[in-house]
Amino acid sequence: MSVFFFTAFFMVLLLCAFLCLYRLQQGPTAPDRTVAIDVLGTLVVGFCALYALRTGKEFYLNIGIAWALLSFVGTIALAKYLEGKAFDE
Amino acid sequence: MSEVGYLLIAVGVLFDVFGTLGLVRLPDVYNRLQAATKCVTLGTCFILIGAAVCGPSIGFAVRAILCAIFVLLTSPVGAHALARGSHLGGVKLWEGSVVDRYEEDAEKVRQATGSPGETGRPEAE
Repeated sequence: MSVFFFTAFFMVLLLCAFLCLYRLQQGPTAPDRTVAIDVLGTLVVGFCALYALRTGKEFYLNIGIAWALLSFVGTIALAKYLEGKAFDE
Repeated sequence: MSEVGYLLIAVGVLFDVFGTLGLVRLPDVYNRLQAATKCVTLGTCFILIGAAVCGPSIGFAVRAILCAIFVLLTSPVGAHALARGSHLGGVKLWEGSVVDRYEEDAEKVRQATGSPGETGRPEAE
């Protein structure tokens, strides 16, 4: 029963990830692609939590936390870059 | 207990679907930003809380809650930085948009100081 639930959750999250990838490939401007990357990072955190729950290996949750941190730093850096300014300003 | 966790995870996954659907369907970068960021942040937090509820141990639950709080704190900050960056970078609003408060504030500052202002940055002195 729970295996069925987890398979359904993984399938739906994969569908979400593919929608993000569609926007990443299609997006007319650079900020669109950045938004898609940001959302994809947040999705992967949820995916890691589900995977930790499914397999019982708890360190996948640590991977999720690290992924959230890296995604945040990357988004801030890309936003600064989109602004058209140098990083040290 | 685990049924409650599955229910929370299902709600979170549903919110993720709506958020990414908005990311694909909405017309310009600001609309996409608000739909995608709000829905996906809430959805991922629901998934993490559900994982904490039906998780195997207390340590797992604590880490999941910590991760949820972290996502809840950082995701809006990133979204605001992105919106500000794309506005200053010169991305136009969708033609159906009716209000642009950021541009109005920049205009007010420009009239008050009499300077054209470099990029419409409102805090420019």
